[in-house]
Amino acid sequence: MTAPPEGSFLSGQLPTAAVEPAAASELAAAADEPSLGRRALTSLRRDPVALISVIAVIVLALVAVFAPLLAPHNPLQAYPNGLASNGAPVGPGSSFLLGTDPNGRDVLSRLIFGARVSLLVGVVATGLASIIGVLVGGIAGYAGGIVDSVLMRITDVVLSFPILLFCVALIAITGPSTRNVMLVIAFGYWTYLARIVRGLVLSLKEREFVVAARTLGIGHRAILRRHILPHLVPAIIVYSTLGIATSILIEASLSYLGIGVPLPQASWGQMISQGQQYFQTAPWLLVAPGVALVLTVLAFNLAGDWLTDLLDPETSGDRR
Amino acid sequence: MTDPAHVQSRPDEQTAAAPPVVDVRDLRVHFKVHRGLFGSQLVKAVDGVSFSIAAGETLGLAGESGSGKSTVARTLVRINRPTDGSVLLSGAETARLSGQELRAYRRRMQMVYQDPYDSLDPKMTIKDAIGEGLTVRGVPRARRKSEVEELLARVNLPVALAGRYPGQLSGGQRQRVSIARALAVSPEVIVCDEAVAALDVSIRAQVLNLLKDIQADAGVSYLFISHDLSTLRFMADRIAIMYVGRLVEYGTSEQVFAAPAHPYTQALIAAVPDIAALGGPRPAPLPGEPPNPASPPPGCAFHPRCPLAVELCRTVAPPLVRKANGQLAACHVVPDAPEVAR
Amino acid sequence: MTGWLLRRFGQMIIVILGVVTLAFLLAYVVPGDPARLVAGPNASPQAVASIARQLGLDQSIWSQYVSYLGRLVHGNLGTSFALQDQSVGGEIWRALPYTVWLALGGVLVEIGIGIPVGIAAAYRPRSIMDRFATLGALVGLSAPPFWLGLMLLYLLGYKLSLFPLSGAGSPLIWYLILPSFTLGVGGAAFYSRMIRTTMLAVLRSPYVEFARLKGMPERTILFRHTLRHVLTPVITMIGMDLGYFLGGVLIIESVFGLPGVGQLAYNAIGELDIPMITGTVLVAAVFMVVMNFIVDVLYTVIDPRVRLSRH
Repeated sequence: MTAPPEGSFLSGQLPTAAVEPAAASELAAAADEPSLGRRALTSLRRDPVALISVIAVIVLALVAVFAPLLAPHNPLQAYPNGLASNGAPVGPGSSFLLGTDPNGRDVLSRLIFGARVSLLVGVVATGLASIIGVLVGGIAGYAGGIVDSVLMRITDVVLSFPILLFCVALIAITGPSTRNVMLVIAFGYWTYLARIVRGLVLSLKEREFVVAARTLGIGHRAILRRHILPHLVPAIIVYSTLGIATSILIEASLSYLGIGVPLPQASWGQMISQGQQYFQTAPWLLVAPGVALVLTVLAFNLAGDWLTDLLDPETSGDRR
Repeated sequence: MTDPAHVQSRPDEQTAAAPPVVDVRDLRVHFKVHRGLFGSQLVKAVDGVSFSIAAGETLGLAGESGSGKSTVARTLVRINRPTDGSVLLSGAETARLSGQELRAYRRRMQMVYQDPYDSLDPKMTIKDAIGEGLTVRGVPRARRKSEVEELLARVNLPVALAGRYPGQLSGGQRQRVSIARALAVSPEVIVCDEAVAALDVSIRAQVLNLLKDIQADAGVSYLFISHDLSTLRFMADRIAIMYVGRLVEYGTSEQVFAAPAHPYTQALIAAVPDIAALGGPRPAPLPGEPPNPASPPPGCAFHPRCPLAVELCRTVAPPLVRKANGQLAACHVVPDAPEVAR
Repeated sequence: MTGWLLRRFGQMIIVILGVVTLAFLLAYVVPGDPARLVAGPNASPQAVASIARQLGLDQSIWSQYVSYLGRLVHGNLGTSFALQDQSVGGEIWRALPYTVWLALGGVLVEIGIGIPVGIAAAYRPRSIMDRFATLGALVGLSAPPFWLGLMLLYLLGYKLSLFPLSGAGSPLIWYLILPSFTLGVGGAAFYSRMIRTTMLAVLRSPYVEFARLKGMPERTILFRHTLRHVLTPVITMIGMDLGYFLGGVLIIESVFGLPGVGQLAYNAIGELDIPMITGTVLVAAVFMVVMNFIVDVLYTVIDPRVRLSRH
């Protein structure tokens, strides 16, 4: 048998020459990608709606933090000149920019402090819900098997209660207070995050780099910390932002029903409830807190949407 | 039951005093697949496979989809658990290990994966990815940086890439990072599961040559899985061909490629596009498709597609015995080697 | 298929059991003095003691649980102390029709407004109509339902006297229009956006392009090809909404004065009438679980891919 020709299959050689490229061309082959911060700024510049919503969220946060400095009056104080001679609340004017409530308290100041309550409750409740949700969903998804089934049944059970009714029942039992409101919302909301995190962990578990880490001999805790958790962060951020919007709505609903943030503290929901009876004589009592609520929730929803667009392509991993 | 394949598994090697690095005997990996309320089916992905790999040697494992070759690879690094059989590493049984011992075993056997995109964590820098391997080996933090640089140099990657993310590297570069990561734990054996299949053809040569250099340097053994026979011709010292969970041919590269014994091997080799043979007579294509591993044909699994099939092939599965040219093959029809036939 | 059905049904039973247990824990285990909660803040110590005996609070938690389950099976959800010792179950039964009508009305609004707006917006992206629809949707999603209801009442009911201010009378539908709208507008907003996004993607897909090239009129493309894709998930989600609405939408019913289950719960809150609160919550949750199950089964019927994967 004559020797097989060069480069042919049977000769045992590869058809192309194996040349080692110089280091320079290696670096050229590797690309440079803009950082997350830069991408965020570019996308904000392009999308005015998102830009406005992000600014609004920042402004709201500042208002909440600096409320005592910004409010023109004391929100808890009933001012004698706040009520007209017949005892009716005073309309918007020079001394009270948005009028007064039936007790003679300044609406604008109460509105500003109400922002503080809403944001505080929103952030704390959502933060707590995120921690619980990530723990439950993460363990359920990663451990699988019977742990997963049990945790998911528990999540299903809590999810079956309409969240507002659930919070109402819990508050009725534990008593209304700001702290209870935060806890109660967290106990209702964690289930949504748990479901999402579990789904993400289930698919992450099968990714080749997780399998590779197991093959290297890396332990479960290190894998969860180094490989799984970083991939959960974008979804957690997005759902937390939307969660703040939901928490604010629930707190407002609870306060409207009279079992949320207790008087005399100012809360938008409570102000609306008060304003109900006065909508013929003092419509500003109803309109002001309502508009504040709508704009706040809208801002968080839009910011959440923008974050989804920004972070989502990343969750699928970098691809060339 | 002594499997003749095992006794004669080193057809033309001088009787070595040291045991082979990897010695797989009668490996079986069965999966239960659930159907309906109570039914379940047993898929015998790997059904009695035996082979061995000596130090510094490359064993090529070839076959089409459904042959079970990837399952063998993944079982060796314990992504799957073997249902039966034994896996000896330097003579010590490892098939039933768990816990701490399993961790120690994992360091000795590593894998380079098919997908260069998903096998690296997109959120980890290159140096962290390789560093993970170093942590497993217990390298102290102080020495981390220099070892990473050494490994990068070993796989011909510039040190400047250490701070980059996988998304910024090309496919070939990522695969080399995977190799560096595998080398970081100083394994004795590296399983390459279609390691170059997803790369551009011109890049493949680079990576394959790199693997050969590393083997010459460090004396690592390779189990090289591929469906591409030309790659195996280049890489493998010995070759095993799998069909539906069993070995059908097993011998040195020269033996198998020069004179393939099993009709399936012959068909596979004939199907490789060979520039030198362009314009010549076209080989007859293999009819049909590989069977469903959940319900393989009785007897010899290849018989429905085999041009040489006889009545016996339909009922009795052929054993792996030595054939005329020196390698082992599982076929009733192909004549055995003279010493066996006697 | 039957295998899956049985397993899913079993799952439902387990969740219902869980729901019932959670309600039990909330009512009898969590609070410091369950008997007082059940008897009410105005009850005398003797009344509290007799209730304690009735509920078997001196017994172990396990036997309390068993007798609780026993009462439930007989439809006994306890007695409301605020409503002159009426049975909670009976009150809920009486209030249910209003809630059911409201729930149906809400779903109708979701379908009637959400779907057409979503489809229309998809056909004319970035038009003025689309932008208005998106804006409306965003506001609808963000506005607290109680405030929206109040504003609508104020503007349309009081200022323009178009709608009754509260309560329920005949024709019932007149009293249902505003609350149904308030209830459904949030969902309508959500679905219109979802439909718009999905439709935009589908309308750009290769096989729709191909149908157009074949000369198929737009209308046929819409009805025969795209709608089924887009609407299937929406229909099941709306099913879930129905379950949620049936729980008695507390705030909407109280704003509009509809004597439904939500109104019961609302009144119960003021009195801290625990048996009524836990009773309504329990009923709402069971509705959700059952609806969830029905929706899952429906999905299997509608979407053949799902049916095959469950085989």
